[in-house]
Amino acid sequence: MLNIITGAISLGLLWSVTALGVYITFRMLDYADMTVDGSIVTGAAIVAVLLTKGANPFTATFIACIGGMAAGVVTGILHTKLKIPAILSGILTQIGLYSVNIKIMGKANINLLKVDTLFDIIPGGKNTVLIGGGIAAMALVLLLNSFLATSLGSALRATGNNEKMANAMGINTDTMKILGLALGNGLVAFSGALIAQSQQYADMGMGQGSIVIGLASVIIGEVLYHRTSIIGKLTAVVVGAVSYRIIIALVIDMGMDPLDLKLFTAITVVIALSMPRIKGYAMAKIKSFRKHHIKATIKIREKEGTAI
Amino acid sequence: MTPALIVRDVEKTFNPGTITENYVLKGINLVLEEGDYVTVIGGNGAGKSTLLNSIAGVFPVDEGHIFIGDKEVTHLPEHKRAVHLGRVFQDPMVGTAADMTIAENLSIAMHRGEKRGLGKAISEKEKAFFKEKLAQLDLGLENRLNDVIGLLSGGQRQAITLLMATIKKPDLLLLDEHTAALDPKTAEKVLQLTDNIVNENKITTIMITHNMRDAINHGNRLIMMNDGRVVFDVKGEEKRNLTVETLLEKFTQSFAESALSDRLILG
Repeated sequence: MLNIITGAISLGLLWSVTALGVYITFRMLDYADMTVDGSIVTGAAIVAVLLTKGANPFTATFIACIGGMAAGVVTGILHTKLKIPAILSGILTQIGLYSVNIKIMGKANINLLKVDTLFDIIPGGKNTVLIGGGIAAMALVLLLNSFLATSLGSALRATGNNEKMANAMGINTDTMKILGLALGNGLVAFSGALIAQSQQYADMGMGQGSIVIGLASVIIGEVLYHRTSIIGKLTAVVVGAVSYRIIIALVIDMGMDPLDLKLFTAITVVIALSMPRIKGYAMAKIKSFRKHHIKATIKIREKEGTAI
Repeated sequence: MTPALIVRDVEKTFNPGTITENYVLKGINLVLEEGDYVTVIGGNGAGKSTLLNSIAGVFPVDEGHIFIGDKEVTHLPEHKRAVHLGRVFQDPMVGTAADMTIAENLSIAMHRGEKRGLGKAISEKEKAFFKEKLAQLDLGLENRLNDVIGLLSGGQRQAITLLMATIKKPDLLLLDEHTAALDPKTAEKVLQLTDNIVNENKITTIMITHNMRDAINHGNRLIMMNDGRVVFDVKGEEKRNLTVETLLEKFTQSFAESALSDRLILG
């Protein structure tokens, strides 16, 4: 059991990097970026190819990030310059990336059993993924927090929050969107590179549904660890990603068919996204119940002659 | 002296060649002197907002030229004109970023039109300056620098937008019915604030209003638009002596002249 939890936390930390990328595009830029399913594989593909060619794991991981950023830039240009709707821009890049990723890898999957990965060269023994993932997540939370507090970060947030105002203040919102998408997908590719190295293979199919996993993490984090400061919100994303993995590990341990996972994730996200509405509905019900209850009580008391 | 603003023969048609084609600005001409505070009135569809948006670069114009100071801005995109312009919109929600704090919004405004780098967004010195400026609004906002803007009322947000538009002195301030969405008391307060800021800093200003009394009582110059053109333009003494009655008369008169057009509905 402990092993399962440790494994889930480790995996959750690696996925939290994807979730942070999704957080940047989805929450800061208000952009549901479908590129993610492709760029996470791009990260894995680049790192796998470079490692099999004998590259240093740090260099390989860094180049994987650049690959992801390039994918984000493409989506950004499709959306801002060619005026293609946001979701469609992401989907188009994602589909295109499928071919690009196969070209990069040369085949459908690459195993990394015989090469040294990041997790082989950092110390930590059995828990090297836990430690490496933890360091990466923590460093990124701190880095993103400082970035979002800069003038540039502030301009990025303003673009996502109120584009008209950002424009009126002289912020080039097109550039900001491209920048945000590059940043987001750079993180996603970083995450893909880490995941591939921890599981010691890269596979064409590994990206499927990762945007939804990212969203699930962001939303679960917001529900479990609600904070108002930026650093709190970023931490919540990591908390969400790890919690998501623990939940998945537990339900599988309880006997759920792994093939049902995607459905389970989709339903989780639907419930989490509809929470505000469900809450509102429930509150209205409770209110009207109380009103009727009070009225009924008053009536009964009047009958009994005990009205105050 | 170079005029603060020149709008020369500007034309704008929306959705050309379609069933919803709308010829709004029909060769409009307007010259503003440095320090002019112009109120603009006109019926719905007269082209008031389109004129302001043309100056701000929200969309490209079809014909004509626009100069701010001695710089031609006709072909500049909106974000590049921002360095010259302060803007306040009719909808109080448009001028501020709701999920960001008062301080963050003001710091964005402080650097309007500048390149945004990796320096800290808000310095302590700026915070003190923001406090001082907020205190001048007299709305009790000076101690709420770290509150998210979304928590504020429409009137408070509009006052902050006004502050944001002027905290770095603009060459030209564009106010697009900025009090229309507020309750009368708040509207009065925001208008008073507008007068204070504009007069104190001698900012060249265009203010659209649908309230003729406000148009008469504020500013040093009044123009009336109808059917995509300026039909009436008064200044100084003549403007001070205007009454709502004479304005209404002018209104009716210019309507009669363009009575054939059925697009005109009195606002």
